[in-house]
Amino acid sequence: MTTSDTLPPFRVSVQSSQIAVRTALKALLDGLAPLELDVEESGTVELVMAEALNNIVEHAYPEGDAAGPINIMCKHAKDGLHLKVVDHGRAMPDGQTPVGAAVDVDVALQDMPEGGFGWFLIKDLAKEVRYERSDWENQLMFRLAVATKGSAA
Amino acid sequence: MELSSRSEENLQVVRVHDTRIDAAVAIEFKDEMRAKTDGGSDTVVLDLSAVEFIDSSGLGAIVAAMKHMGQARKLALAGLTPTVDKVFRLTRMDSVFSVFPTLDGALTELKS
Repeated sequence: MTTSDTLPPFRVSVQSSQIAVRTALKALLDGLAPLELDVEESGTVELVMAEALNNIVEHAYPEGDAAGPINIMCKHAKDGLHLKVVDHGRAMPDGQTPVGAAVDVDVALQDMPEGGFGWFLIKDLAKEVRYERSDWENQLMFRLAVATKGSAA
Repeated sequence: MELSSRSEENLQVVRVHDTRIDAAVAIEFKDEMRAKTDGGSDTVVLDLSAVEFIDSSGLGAIVAAMKHMGQARKLALAGLTPTVDKVFRLTRMDSVFSVFPTLDGALTELKS
């Protein structure tokens, strides 16, 4: 049931590419405009979604494979935004998402990591991260605790 | 990816004119940073005040730029907007770089 303070569910669809990630993020944030997210909240949404989409572009549809669709379903509820990201590309290795451990930055300059931050950011900022592979689809689902009922608009 | 560079006493200031450092431009950013900082001052201040968004690829490109400058030189970051600041804080990369809220603050502190 949709109440007056929730946004109707909406969907963003793009064809996989690096520039499509920007297009999808803009469409998603435009769709969320009625929620009047503050900069902290919209930053969380954009960051988690950017990492999820970059992973799809890089690993589900790697260079050499044909590009394919990426569909984002966004539902607003009392406990925040429920997002589902679906692609038809390669499955995650081992059928699960990477652990996303924090990267060790207490190392010598030349050993400083230049990657491995993506899944850490997703798991740090998103709640209830789930991954399912079914019918040739990758489905990544998570919740972002923004625009929760009762918080200041 | 547009970067501009100027000298201020003993410092070099590199300003990013784009609003995003993301996966689409990370390699370009890394190359441009090399071109701007090779043979430059020992201390480089990267002015990020125009940058509204950075993802993990952009973060990795800034780390790569610092590594390329080498141990003897320093890369300081100035003017972090809220989402950029968030990425540095969450990944604890704010402990690796000298981070200044404003460019003026960085210049005051780093000029000798």
